Amino acid sequence: MHFLTSNAPFIEPQNSIQKMMLWVLIALVPGIITMIWQFGFGILANIIICVSTALIAEAAMLHLRGRPIRPFLSDLSAVVTAVLLALALPTIAPWWIPFIGAFIAIVIAKHLYGGLGYNPFNPAMIAFAILMVSFPKSMTVWMLPYSMLPAESSFSDLLPIILDQQPKQAVVDAMTAATPLDEMKTQLSLNQTIDEIRSLSIFGSLSGQGWQWVSIAYLLGGIILMFKKVISWHIPVGLLTGLFTISFAFYLFEPSVTPSPLFHLLSGGAMLGAFFIATDPVTAAATLKGRFIYGVLIGLLTYVIRTWGGYPEGIAFAVILINMTVPLIDHYTPPRVYGHK
Amino acid sequence: MKLWHFNGGLPSLAEHKNESVNLPIEIAPVPTRLIYPLRQHIGNAAKPLVKVGDKVLCGQKIADAQGMISAPIHAGSSGTVISIADHLIPHPSGFSAPSITIETDGLDNEIELTPHTSFRQLAAGELVDLIREAGIVGLGGAAFPTAIKLNTQGKTIQIDTLILNGAECEPYISCDDRLLKERANRVVEGIEILLYMTGAKRAILAIEDNVPDTFTSIQAAIANNQNPIISAVQIPTIYPTGGEKQLIQTLTGKEVPSGKIPADIGIVSINVGTVHAIQQAIIKGKPLTSRVVTITGEGVNKPHNLEVRTGTPIKALIDVCHGYTKHAERLIMGGPMMGFALLNDEIPIVKATNCILVASKQEVVTEKQAMPCIRCGLCASVCPVSLLPQQLYWFSRSEQLEKAEKLNLFDCIECGCCDVACPSHIPLVQHFRYAKSALKVQNHEKHLSNVARERFEAREERIARDKAERAERSRKKKAALKSKPAKEEIDAAVNRSKAKKNSTEGED
Repeated sequence: MHFLTSNAPFIEPQNSIQKMMLWVLIALVPGIITMIWQFGFGILANIIICVSTALIAEAAMLHLRGRPIRPFLSDLSAVVTAVLLALALPTIAPWWIPFIGAFIAIVIAKHLYGGLGYNPFNPAMIAFAILMVSFPKSMTVWMLPYSMLPAESSFSDLLPIILDQQPKQAVVDAMTAATPLDEMKTQLSLNQTIDEIRSLSIFGSLSGQGWQWVSIAYLLGGIILMFKKVISWHIPVGLLTGLFTISFAFYLFEPSVTPSPLFHLLSGGAMLGAFFIATDPVTAAATLKGRFIYGVLIGLLTYVIRTWGGYPEGIAFAVILINMTVPLIDHYTPPRVYGHK
Repeated sequence: MKLWHFNGGLPSLAEHKNESVNLPIEIAPVPTRLIYPLRQHIGNAAKPLVKVGDKVLCGQKIADAQGMISAPIHAGSSGTVISIADHLIPHPSGFSAPSITIETDGLDNEIELTPHTSFRQLAAGELVDLIREAGIVGLGGAAFPTAIKLNTQGKTIQIDTLILNGAECEPYISCDDRLLKERANRVVEGIEILLYMTGAKRAILAIEDNVPDTFTSIQAAIANNQNPIISAVQIPTIYPTGGEKQLIQTLTGKEVPSGKIPADIGIVSINVGTVHAIQQAIIKGKPLTSRVVTITGEGVNKPHNLEVRTGTPIKALIDVCHGYTKHAERLIMGGPMMGFALLNDEIPIVKATNCILVASKQEVVTEKQAMPCIRCGLCASVCPVSLLPQQLYWFSRSEQLEKAEKLNLFDCIECGCCDVACPSHIPLVQHFRYAKSALKVQNHEKHLSNVARERFEAREERIARDKAERAERSRKKKAALKSKPAKEEIDAAVNRSKAKKNSTEGED
């Protein structure tokens, strides 16, 4: 009897890109729910606009590049990029912000570099950085958490902003604010002490009101990812260690005018960045040792940008800049091979 | 006993033993034909000692070793040699190669055997010769001639540890497990022979911890034998813990230096099936003509562990297993991780065959749609050798083979862990096999061109030297001519011719 042949191993692959991406999305659910709980349904608008734009852009680019559409569209990598971008945007951004952002992420940052697996920079962070630089006004107005909204007001009062119409300025003033990191930076530049700043209403016991819980939810999601072995501990632990160490060093030095390490860890995109963004395998270092170094460098650079840079938050820029060092890191951190010294 | 562990591996492959692990070894019937490929291992093919038409007996040597890395072949039953010609061989290439075919007569007449029940009366060197003459090769899969491993003469490093490899880490295979369960006493006697030969200070028999009852039976046999330096140990079931290098690391914490062999660090590691063959060869005087083979998979009606005469065509064994089921999809020799698919079932069992897996569609992947590498690093985290498969893949694919070689491509053991772990379903091992063979060709060509260049340069040098020497000679001649005045020369010549003339006149 005759048989067809093929090559070993014959065992079914244990994993797929789709499965990994699905786990990333599942691990983001606690964060998304907390966002909705604290900041209303604006985040869902962001997610819907980003994901649909990303999928259409992905399909169009695959078609233009003559690649098979189905396997690449169903790998969910475009969805993950879109959701991560959506989570980084203000929940009350005008609709064209997520639209442009998702377009930049997929078309420019991903496909113009060669598509899945070939982009040197994190697509979501490239989109975020371009939006931040191009539309600073829309990118820095954040809704206050629900607990701090004035009585008788609701999320629907802010809908006009998302629809790009002019809402009443009074409503906007009453319901929005800068992010805690932004506020911290502004107040520090006005020579306020940490104690004075932390007594402002937008700050909570850990970091910002509302924000602290979102960060903790991302941490939870990150732990799920590590548990499911979708990511290794090296990048998140490296990033958080880097951020903690440098902020702790400066905090010891001048605690009255330096935010605490805990504030840094639970503010802005630190947790989202550590577990979901810096861990993007395509743009991160590949060796385990290299990944830890990569994480530490992002943590350090984030602090530098937050403290001395022009922007209140540094995760996006730090990730993009450290992406550039990846080939160098990989080159100098090969593991010791069995039987070699 | 303290155990170490190797990097990565796949703990999840511990399944698929149940199909065959509880089936006792049965003796397969003598087939009508026995086919012996002359090359069954790396090194030189064996040289036929018989001609077409010759009658042979069971155990008769029909082909002899040629050179150091080679092993003789013995007939598995009595009959007539009907051809010495190309036959399909068990090889991934699907090629044919010179083979001896014997038509059996069903009598199974055996040659007279010379047993050596008291092996301690022989010197280690004599035992090595007996093992070489018995045609014993590693039965774990690599089929490296065992005598070479055991030859301690002229070696400077004393063998300290003897490792008996009973870690059958590939899914489906259970031949060594059954052997240890049913013939533990023979294996232990084999260990005694090996201890005597190598002078090792301890012998460790390693078994995976997913077969606890086998461990119990081998422990009982060791206890009966009462030699305190032999011990059995259970090791975690992580593929590929049965790989020689991985097993050595697990048991001793030592690594075999790249490009060296275990003996260089005082270790000899031998598969338990080989130990059994050695015991049979010394104590009973039986050459290696049969081995235990697991026939399993959803593609056969009744899986079996069979003691098979090497040379038996696979077809004959499938018949013992009540034929194929309608699900039979792939015919795999070896396990599903490192085995290879065969074109048809006319191919014979060879010394290295531990398993015939007739797999159904559900049991094997037949097609994989490869996606781009996303650099996730899962491949590196499962690599038992700590390589960076994704970098190797990158360099192999872009034909930057020297870079792949620099990243220790040749240390890859082709275990397939990275392949199974890869979420992009990239056939990594295949890329590495290709890169390795391309590099070997490249290095060989480089070697040839170096040789040619050296020869050319030597020739150029020789020509230049000859030229210089000639120039020197003529210069010396000229100088000599110059130093003697020409007049003298001429006078001398004239005198010589006059003298000659005078003498000839005188004779007249």
